[in-house]
Amino acid sequence: MSALLEARGVCMRFGGLDALSDVWLAIERGVIYGLIGPNGAGKTTFFNVLTGLYEPSAGEVLFEERRLSGCKPHQVAEAGIARTFQNIRLFANMTALENVMVGRHVRTKGGVLGAVFRDARTRAEEADITRRARELLDYVGIGRHAHALAKNLSYGDQRRLEIARALATEPRLLALDEPAAGMNATETAELRGLMERIRADGVTLLLIEHDVKLVMGLCDRVAVLDYGKRICEGVPAEVQCNPAVIEAYLGGHVG
Amino acid sequence: MHRLRDLPPATRYAAYALIALALTALPFLVEAVLGRTWVRIIDVALLFIMLALGLNVVVGYAGLLDLGYVAFFAVGAYAYALLASPHFGVHWPFFALLPLGALVACVFGVLLGAPTLRLRGDYLAIVTLGFGEIIRIFLNNLNRPVNITNGPLGITLIDPLRIGDLSLARSYELLGLTVAPVHSYYYVFLAAAAFSIFVSLRLEDSRIGRAWIAIREDEVAAKAMGINTRDVKLLAFAMGATFGGVSGGLFASFQGFVSPESFTLLDSIMILCMVVLGGMGHVPGVVLGALLLTALPEALRYVAPLQQEFLGRVVIDPSDLRMLLFGLALVLMMLFRPAGLWPSRVRKREFASG
Repeated sequence: MSALLEARGVCMRFGGLDALSDVWLAIERGVIYGLIGPNGAGKTTFFNVLTGLYEPSAGEVLFEERRLSGCKPHQVAEAGIARTFQNIRLFANMTALENVMVGRHVRTKGGVLGAVFRDARTRAEEADITRRARELLDYVGIGRHAHALAKNLSYGDQRRLEIARALATEPRLLALDEPAAGMNATETAELRGLMERIRADGVTLLLIEHDVKLVMGLCDRVAVLDYGKRICEGVPAEVQCNPAVIEAYLGGHVG
Repeated sequence: MHRLRDLPPATRYAAYALIALALTALPFLVEAVLGRTWVRIIDVALLFIMLALGLNVVVGYAGLLDLGYVAFFAVGAYAYALLASPHFGVHWPFFALLPLGALVACVFGVLLGAPTLRLRGDYLAIVTLGFGEIIRIFLNNLNRPVNITNGPLGITLIDPLRIGDLSLARSYELLGLTVAPVHSYYYVFLAAAAFSIFVSLRLEDSRIGRAWIAIREDEVAAKAMGINTRDVKLLAFAMGATFGGVSGGLFASFQGFVSPESFTLLDSIMILCMVVLGGMGHVPGVVLGALLLTALPEALRYVAPLQQEFLGRVVIDPSDLRMLLFGLALVLMMLFRPAGLWPSRVRKREFASG
């Protein structure tokens, strides 16, 4: 069986800047895959290419053997990739529950006529949306805040809400952009438990993270980006000892 | 409104019955107290409720600032006027024309929406403003070389609403009451406004409504969650325009006359003010805004006779005073109630916590 997600020679140019150059990645089903690298290495750019916000200048992304490059973000979500954002992007003035309900949009059909006349099918669909959204809030552990506005949640809970909202789209690949950023040790440990549970429930995870301890302990495979190039790929132990990685992180040779 | 739902069923139905009774008796009570002019003003207010609710879909829910909304009102009004007047000698029945007007306005909504999909905020406002003016100027000039709209003279003798032999343009005697055209139209408009409120509330609390609000809140995140923002925005424009089109058709039949003068930028701004002053995205607030902004300028007309009586002459022209007070009211509102007179719970919190 081929990989769930494949990046084949992805390049992304902004004017004269090569944000990504010739990046090759293959993510197998059921893994937690870490994408690390110094600031400005192109990790978030890769996410944006992957989720259709940018169209790559060259190369292509395959998801379940289907070409994704050129797809609009909503088509990528429909194909089964959901994401969170580095700087949390919730629907701030909607409640936590409504945020997750929006995530169900792509898997539901109700249109204007259904909304106005509320026929049996629309009512059933709405009830299902609400039920699923509640389940997901409980799943990530913020069920008690269902009716709080998203912007009033604590930082950690906002991160969780973003994950719940992404899961509502029923992804097969969940891409998390620095989910542990700004979290304390306890919150990080809880987050790690959540991510392991998500994987156990059959969702593959792609993770951008700066917390090296978290990445090394959690990820099955890790790729390192530096200046838009993939400088290393492998299991965490290999990556940790790779001279190129050490150089990228510490700058020049040590000693 | 919210409280009503929490009452026990018996009390609730009694309350509904009371409201219905009050609304039924309203035009006659108003006529007895304030005169027939005010019944007419209420009719117009009901039309504006529909318009404001339509604009609320675009501005309040989807967060797309539209400064040319009156164009859809114009399109609906002219669609009705052209096909139910001696101008072309065509007299279609209203039950065909109202849906047609809605459809035509809806198409124009999509026509406006399509090129502006990438725009937001100020830029969108400017393009929609231009669109509104284009429609008005077209209506003003489409009398040469082929006379379609009769230009600035407008179209006169538009058919009133008529069901069989029952024309709303005639007065009837009923249970000792004289039911004048303004009364008959009141009931039609009341039904239309009530239906608009119903549709607005239902849309707000639906999959589509949530998608609109999500776009208002964060378009990038909305896309990433699988919302086809292009289609959903176009739908907002189309739905908003539909409200405007129906309202325009009713307006044409009610007035019996339309001309481009009724559809100026100031009218667009007025409708926007109703939405903003009342409480964006909150149906009761928008209804309140429409009622207030229709009634207040009319009430200010009484200032002239009052001045005459107490000061011996008219010091300030009421129409000047109207704009003056209107501007003042806007400034004060923005300072003290930035979320609108009757904001939704969410909006209120939004402004409270910055």
